[in-house]
Amino acid sequence: MILNFYKFIVLLVTLLLTMLVSAQKVVSKPLLTYEKEGIKLNSYNYSGIEHLFHQKNDTTYVVNFWATWCLPCVEELPHFEKLNQKYKDGKFKMILVSLDFPKMAESRVIPFIKRKDLKAEVVLLNDPDANSWIEKVNKDWSGAIPATIIFRNEKRKFFEKAFTETELENEIKSLLN
Amino acid sequence: MKKLKLALLLFVAVVAASFTLVTSEKGYEIGSIATDFTLKNIDNQIVSLRDMKDAKGYIVIFTCNHCPYAVAYEDRIIALDKKYKKLGYPVIAINPNNPEKQKEDSFEKMQVRAKEKGFTFPYLFDEGQKIYPQYGATKTPHVYILEKTNKGNVVKYIGAIDDNHADESAVKEKYVENAVNALLNNKEVSVKTTKAIGCSIKV
Repeated sequence: MILNFYKFIVLLVTLLLTMLVSAQKVVSKPLLTYEKEGIKLNSYNYSGIEHLFHQKNDTTYVVNFWATWCLPCVEELPHFEKLNQKYKDGKFKMILVSLDFPKMAESRVIPFIKRKDLKAEVVLLNDPDANSWIEKVNKDWSGAIPATIIFRNEKRKFFEKAFTETELENEIKSLLN
Repeated sequence: MKKLKLALLLFVAVVAASFTLVTSEKGYEIGSIATDFTLKNIDNQIVSLRDMKDAKGYIVIFTCNHCPYAVAYEDRIIALDKKYKKLGYPVIAINPNNPEKQKEDSFEKMQVRAKEKGFTFPYLFDEGQKIYPQYGATKTPHVYILEKTNKGNVVKYIGAIDDNHADESAVKEKYVENAVNALLNNKEVSVKTTKAIGCSIKV
């Protein structure tokens, strides 16, 4: 009887853990999906992408906040793209979060993705009440872009600046296994 | 004994100096005394806060031509000046960007934009980019509300204009208006700092 009780508890805990793990993997539903020239671009509010910042696994994540009109962002993006190509087959994931205004999604963002041949995942963040989420991304973020967060599990680095390729690769390497 | 006093004094001075250094790197916090400045306005006149004798305080806004977030707020900045200048809180706009890095933010282009939009407030050029680091501005737009007191101009609010850059009609919290209203009524500003997305200052 006692044995059965233990079995039951173990089963229950396993079940709960499985549920938790699978819940983390759920990709939230986008607010909108823009589509043009064969390229799809999903837009989210902050709660739709928040799970990204709480991934607890062996993968190194690079999340970059940018916009097509932000000159230093556009200048550093080729470094991100290049390093994504270099590391993407390992435990590595890059997400480029565009802060372009939603009305520019089809007229500027998608053409930009196509022109620059961006292969890293791009999402559009449409959440104007930035005061409610900037500090959730990182408490040191003033709100200026470009901004980048690089993390693996509890190791987390935040940068409110533009990168050179070498600087970015060094930071990525410092977190990779 | 004298030597000890001297050593103590030196120690205090060093500690004070190091604190000052830290503050100047990070910019102002709520309660800091903000520096005055002498900057060129788009009409080629030199503007300082002390020249505005009737002001009870100032709405200092670091903003610029090129940044879409700054552009989205232009009409709201004009409205703030129209509403609060006569109540003693004029808007003073400062472009902190280096035009060598951002061509649209040159002094000449500032003059053009101010004319196009009919700016009712000074639009100053932070030549040599000396003022914005003292304030600790990191982006455009970035607002500092100052209250004029006998101790100097005290920082009372730092942050965003309101909580929706994209759609004025969807704004729920008018941070700057709420802060100035509180100051005009001799009340404590309830929301003292906020954050918003903006364009990094081009150095």
